[in-house]
Amino acid sequence: MARHSALTRRRFLQVAATAAASSALISCGRHAGPWRFFTTGEARTIEALCEQIIPADQDPGATWAGTIYYIDSQLAGHFRKLQSAYRNGIAAFDAACRAAHGQAFADIPFDQQTVFLQHLPNSLQPFFDMVIAHTMQGFYGDARHAGNRDAISWRMLGIPVIPIRGRDHYEFPRKG
Amino acid sequence: MSLPRVNAVVIGAGAGGGVVAKELCEAGLRVALLERGRWYTANDCRKDDLRNQRTSVLGNNSGPDDERNPRVFVDHEGNRHIVLPSEGGYSNNAACVGGGTLTYGAMAWRYQPKDFRMRSTYGALEGSTLDDWPISYDDLAPFYEKAEHEIGVSGDVSNDPFKGPRAKPLPMPPLSPTREYGILKPAAQRLGLHPFDLPMLRNSVPYNGRPPCMRCRWCVGFVCEVDAKCGTHNTVIPRALATGLCDLRLGCMVREILTTDQGKITGVSYFDAHDRLQEQPADLVIVSGAAIESARLLLNSKSKLFPNGLGNRFDWVGRNLQGHAYSGATGLFDFDTYDDIGPGANIAICDYNHGNPGLRGGAMLANEFIRLPIQAVDMPPNGLRWGKAHKDFMRKAYRRTIRVMGPTQEMPVFDSRVQLDPSVKDFWGMPVAQLSGYQHPHTLEIAGVMAEKAEAWLKEAGAIQTWRNLPGNGVSGGQHQAGTCRMGNDPKTSVVDSWCRVHDSDNLYVIDGSVHVTNGGFNPVLTILANAYRASAHLVQSWKGKV
Repeated sequence: MARHSALTRRRFLQVAATAAASSALISCGRHAGPWRFFTTGEARTIEALCEQIIPADQDPGATWAGTIYYIDSQLAGHFRKLQSAYRNGIAAFDAACRAAHGQAFADIPFDQQTVFLQHLPNSLQPFFDMVIAHTMQGFYGDARHAGNRDAISWRMLGIPVIPIRGRDHYEFPRKG
Repeated sequence: MSLPRVNAVVIGAGAGGGVVAKELCEAGLRVALLERGRWYTANDCRKDDLRNQRTSVLGNNSGPDDERNPRVFVDHEGNRHIVLPSEGGYSNNAACVGGGTLTYGAMAWRYQPKDFRMRSTYGALEGSTLDDWPISYDDLAPFYEKAEHEIGVSGDVSNDPFKGPRAKPLPMPPLSPTREYGILKPAAQRLGLHPFDLPMLRNSVPYNGRPPCMRCRWCVGFVCEVDAKCGTHNTVIPRALATGLCDLRLGCMVREILTTDQGKITGVSYFDAHDRLQEQPADLVIVSGAAIESARLLLNSKSKLFPNGLGNRFDWVGRNLQGHAYSGATGLFDFDTYDDIGPGANIAICDYNHGNPGLRGGAMLANEFIRLPIQAVDMPPNGLRWGKAHKDFMRKAYRRTIRVMGPTQEMPVFDSRVQLDPSVKDFWGMPVAQLSGYQHPHTLEIAGVMAEKAEAWLKEAGAIQTWRNLPGNGVSGGQHQAGTCRMGNDPKTSVVDSWCRVHDSDNLYVIDGSVHVTNGGFNPVLTILANAYRASAHLVQSWKGKV
């Protein structure tokens, strides 16, 4: 099935990314790996959060759909002014998780992550709300922005997928 | 420095300005039509679920741009927020040729006769500036008809017993029914209601040289891919240009309306597409920037005689900002209701616009436009927002929900208003619009009853679960913004006279939704178009009398 081969491809990318990250770390510091904004560690946290928000079941979830790529690329684009909200939010979020469980969010079991989110401290709620909103946009939004790979959410909902018309609109400068 | 004189400057190429430009040009006047946005075509459709006029998380698709056009929104606690056009609280409509008519859902309602006589029908309401229009339904009826035929309306309102008198049927038949239509129509009839095919500014058959609707799901918020949606951009503005007398200038932001020390309007100054300041002398100035920007421009046009802005001697400019308190309900069914046949909204009832015991007015109720998946993610009731339960709900409910909504007519509030912000300026250095205010409690009471009616309709249609969708108590504006330059006979309690001429002036007009005294329990665009035809006809007559 296409889905399985794609999963394999995803794992390959992860391995490749990790390899790239570890070599790039030496020279480029935090801007290593496949990410435009996230550090490798931040990406692990966000990817785990996205998968909690839209988990895989009989249909793929946010990880398979690459929803984090939507968030990451928008943080280098339209969401630029949310960069510090993400950077500080992830740090506070992981610190709270370490205080409660002794480990980063991405390292505790899935069910434990769910319980942690269900009892999130009030101070972290705005950050979680923001990640929920962006995860929904990536997963249920237009496939052209990444995050809804293969228009998987539209296939899940049973609605037709249309070809995307031109992209030049996004590449022209805003002037004139 | 100043440009060659024209007969009229029209500011804004939207619903109002587009009609005015065409009517004046066809009468032989030389017109400069200034539009701050661009001219988009069907090629700009894009169908981007995240970047359009209704879901603008990645920006708007037809302006204004985020970089140059901030506003200030004041919340209930009095906190000021600087907001951008693609953000909530901005009350954005659009900035482009066609204005909101380029991307609207295109419902083409005539207000009912009582909508022009709210004060006479229901009496005064404490805390509200509820009043009658200085004109009646009958004054507007011939121009409603003209708008229906020139811009193009499809539908069949013959089965609506609550409508005002009309001379001709709509020029185009309705689109063929959808699954939702088939579910809702018999249910309404069983309840003794009067459902009918709602009117739409959308081609259902070839009309005006353009094709019919292709029934896709990307409608409201989007430029139509096949140009089947009828707006001023593909009807009256091309006709204005065809006269050779209309000079449409894009990317032009008007700074102020110019006035002599004696109070005579002489033209406008504006920043052109290259941000150069230009001066355009004109015999007539017509402001058609929509309720928020029109009010802002009048307030920004200060002079010796009018230190608080044009038309603002009695502090009415910018007051009574209103849109609609949208209200309704969602129903979940145990069978598929979704058929992916757009635009979605096609069946309406007007049984609850008036005559509700104890309530001043009400709303038309209709099924909603197709909700794209991203527009459905906050649909679940009970605060379900994430996790497997949310995903299960999306999978189960997306194709099995119908939403019925209605634009509850608002009770105008004097303190819901547009002001100039004291500190925030736009890219060109002009003070921006500051929005503040609230909904009158009675508006929310009416909205609550409308939601109950919608819920009852859905239950009768077989919904296994229903929940209500209620408006907030903040000031509304948005695509239906209106009311800020009220039309009236008394200069002390209104801004323009019944011909849309600013009271203090003999050659300055406001022709757009700003002049609406009340905004009907309906989408306002056909009224804006009709009133623009009406005001233009009078303007042309008086011009010819002058020449």
